[in-house]
Amino acid sequence: MRSLAALFLTVLFPFAAAFAALNDAQEERAEALFNELRCVVCQNQSIADSEAGVAQDLRAIVRDQIAAGRSDGEILDFLVARYGEFVLLSPPLDWRTILLWGAPFILLVAGGFIIWPGRRDTGDLKTMELNAEEEARLKKLLERE
Amino acid sequence: MTVELGHFALVLALALSVVQSIVPFFGAQRGNARLMAVGDVTSNGILVFTTLSFAALTYAYATSDFSLVNVWQNSHSQMPFLFKLTGTWGNHEGSMLLWVLILALFAAAVSWFGGNLPLSLRANVQAVQGWLLLTFFAFIIFTSNPFQRQALAPEGQDLNPILQDIGLAIHPPMLYLGYVGFSITFAFAVAALIEGRIDSVWARWVRPWALVAWLFLTAGISMGSYWAYYELGWGGWWFWDPVENASFLPWLSGTALLHSALVMEKRDALKVWTVLLAILTFSLSLLGTFLVRSGVLTSVHTFTSDPSRGLFILTILSIFVGGSLTLFALRATRLEQGGLFAPISREGSLVVNNLLIATATATVLMGTLYPVVYEAITGGKISVGAPFFNRTFIPLAIPLVLLMPLGPLLAWKKGDLLGAMQRLTLVAGFSLLAMVLVMAFISPGKWLAPIAIGIAVWLMIGSFAELWQRAGFGKVGAGAGLRRIGGAPATVWSTALSHFGVGVTMLGIVVVTAYETEDAVVLQPRASVEAAGFTVRYDGARRTNVANYEETIIDLAVMEDGDLVTFARPSKRFYPARQMPTSEAAIMNFGFSQLYIALGEANADGSVSVRIWWKPFVTLIWLGTIFMVIAGAISLVGRRSGVPRKMKSPKAVPADA
Repeated sequence: MRSLAALFLTVLFPFAAAFAALNDAQEERAEALFNELRCVVCQNQSIADSEAGVAQDLRAIVRDQIAAGRSDGEILDFLVARYGEFVLLSPPLDWRTILLWGAPFILLVAGGFIIWPGRRDTGDLKTMELNAEEEARLKKLLERE
Repeated sequence: MTVELGHFALVLALALSVVQSIVPFFGAQRGNARLMAVGDVTSNGILVFTTLSFAALTYAYATSDFSLVNVWQNSHSQMPFLFKLTGTWGNHEGSMLLWVLILALFAAAVSWFGGNLPLSLRANVQAVQGWLLLTFFAFIIFTSNPFQRQALAPEGQDLNPILQDIGLAIHPPMLYLGYVGFSITFAFAVAALIEGRIDSVWARWVRPWALVAWLFLTAGISMGSYWAYYELGWGGWWFWDPVENASFLPWLSGTALLHSALVMEKRDALKVWTVLLAILTFSLSLLGTFLVRSGVLTSVHTFTSDPSRGLFILTILSIFVGGSLTLFALRATRLEQGGLFAPISREGSLVVNNLLIATATATVLMGTLYPVVYEAITGGKISVGAPFFNRTFIPLAIPLVLLMPLGPLLAWKKGDLLGAMQRLTLVAGFSLLAMVLVMAFISPGKWLAPIAIGIAVWLMIGSFAELWQRAGFGKVGAGAGLRRIGGAPATVWSTALSHFGVGVTMLGIVVVTAYETEDAVVLQPRASVEAAGFTVRYDGARRTNVANYEETIIDLAVMEDGDLVTFARPSKRFYPARQMPTSEAAIMNFGFSQLYIALGEANADGSVSVRIWWKPFVTLIWLGTIFMVIAGAISLVGRRSGVPRKMKSPKAVPADA
C-alpha cells in the first residue's frame, strides 16, 4: 500500500524530494542510502544516479521510511525482502560472499608472507658484501677508469 | 569493388599470419637464420594488408555504402562526416578490425625496432605475435566479418546516438593502443619462457613498450571517463562499471609491470615476477575484450551480443591465458634470479608497491566477475557495485599513496628509511597544515575529507622531494640548484611528474566527492532558482531539427549577485532512427571547478526539470592523468636520447653497473 502511495506521488510529482520533509541529518542519511541501492532496472546505476521510474520510487520509499523513524538497517532489510539482494550494491558478508570480501585480505597476507624479508636470501645482506678477490677486481676496474 | 579488395586483403593477412606463426618459430628451434628472418617480412605484409582492409571499411563508411550489412546497421547518410568515419569502429566488427590493425602495427614495430635483438628471441616474439594475429583474423573472418554484403538499402539504421560524439573518435583507438600494446610485452614474456632464459636486453626492450602501452591506456581511460561524464548526463565520472573495470584492470597491472620492469632493468632482480606480470597484463586485456565483446556484460560497449562469438573469444582466452600460464609454471624456475637487495631499499619499496597494486587488481577482478560466476553457480543474482569497490580499493590505495613519495628517496640495494623520512618532514608539515586549514575553515566537524585532502597534498608535494634533494638549494645556491634539477635524469623527472599526477587526480576525486552539490529543480518560464551558489533563470525553450536528430534546447541565464555570468544551454536530443534520446549537459568551467547542468524533462505545462551540480575541482581528475601521460612521454624520450641514464647523485650506490 505504501509503495502504491509512493508510486502515485511519484507520478504526480516527479521530484518527490520535496515531499517527505527531512531534516539535514535525515537527508544526509537518505543520500548515503541512495548510493547503496541499485536501480534494479538500470545497467549499473545507483538510485542516486538514475532518473528511471523505479529509482524515483525507491528514493521516495527510503525518504518515507526515514521520516517514519526506521533505522538504515531496517530500511535495507525491507528493500531486500522486496527486491532481493540484487538491490544492494555492496553485497552483505556471508558464506556466499566470503571469497569476494576475503580476497583482498587473503592476497595481502599471502603476498606479504612471500615477500617477507628473511624468507629468501634476497634479504640476506651478507651475500652483498664483496669478498677479498672481488674487492681487488673492483679496485682494478676503478683504477682503469 | 573496394569492399571486395578490403575483404581479400583481410584473407591475405590471415594467410600471412599462418606463415608467421610457424616459420620463425621453427627457424628459432633449428637455429636457421633465414627462417627466423621471415617474421620481418610477414609482419610488414600483414600490416599493409590489414591497413588496406581497414581503409576499405572506412571508405565504405565515408561513402555510406548501405550494401554492406555492417555500414547499414551502424551508420546514417545524414550523420556529420566525422561521425561517419568514427562509426567505422563504433560497432563490433569494425572495432575488432581496429583491434587487429593495432595488433599488426605492434607486430611490425618489432621488426622495425628489433634490429639489436638476439635473432632467436626476435623470431620467437614474432611467432607469438603470429599466433595472436592468426586467432584474431580467424575470429573476424569467421564470426565478425564486416565485409558482408546485402541488397542495397536506402537508408542506414544510424549509429548509437551516445557514440555520436568526438569523444568516441579518440577514446577507442587510444584504449586499443593501450590494450593491444601489452601484446608486445606478452610476446616477449612467452618468448623468454620458450627460450628458457632472460637477460638485460629483454628488460631494456620490455619496459619502453610497456610504457607506450601504459601511456595510451591512461589517455584512453581518462578520455572514456570524461566522455561518460559529459555525455551520459549523470554527472558521474567513474561508475565501477564492469566495462570500465575491464580497462582499469590492465592499467593497474600494467602500472605494476612498469615498476617491476624498472627493478629488472636497473638491478636485474624480480625477473620471474616481471614475466608473470607481462603475461597477466595482456591476459587482463584479453579478458576485457572477452567481457566487453561476448555480451556476458551488457553495456553501451557491447554493441551486439552473439553466443558463437562469446564462445570463440572464450576459447581464445583460455588458450592464450591458460597456455602462457602453464608455460610459466613449467619454465619459470629456469629463469635465474639476480640482483640482491635489502628489504629497505628502492627495490623493496617497489616490491611493496607491486604487492599492493596486485592485490588491488585482484580485488577489482573479483568484484567484476563475482556476480557473473555467482549467477552461473547458484542461479541467484547479486550486485557488486561502487560501494563494494570503494570499500575494498580505497583501503589498498591509501598505503600505496602514502608510500609513493618515500620510495624514490630510498637508494637502490640498501636504503636509509629514517633519512628518507626526515627528508619528508617539511612535506608532512605542509600536508598537516592543509588538513588543519580544511578542517578549520571548509568542513568543521568533518574529518574524512580533510585527511584525504592532506594525503593528496602529501603526495603532490612529496613527489618532488627527490628533485628537491638533488638540487640541494641550501648548499649550492639557487642557480646551480636549478641547473641540477634541469640536468636530472629523465627517469627522476618522470617519476616525480607521474606521482604528482596521481596526487592531482586524487585531490580532484576527494574534493568533488566531499563537496559537490546537487539540486533537482523544476523551473517555470522566466522564473529563477538558487542553486550551487548561483541564480539560474529559465528564459525559454527551442526546438530544432539537426541532421539525423531533433533537439530541444533550453536557455538558462546563470547569474551571481545579480550580474550575468554566462548562458547555459543544456539540451535533449532525440534520434528517430534508433528511437533514442540523449542528454547534452551544459558544462561551464570556473577555474578547476565546473557548473554542470543537465536537462531532465521539458514538461507539458512549459516548466522544465533540471539537475544542477556544482563540481568543485572536478577537472583535476583528468588533469592529473595528463601529467601522468606527459611523465611517461618524458621517460620514453629520455631513453631514446641514447645515453643510458645512470644514477649520478652523490649519495648513489656505486655498484650500479
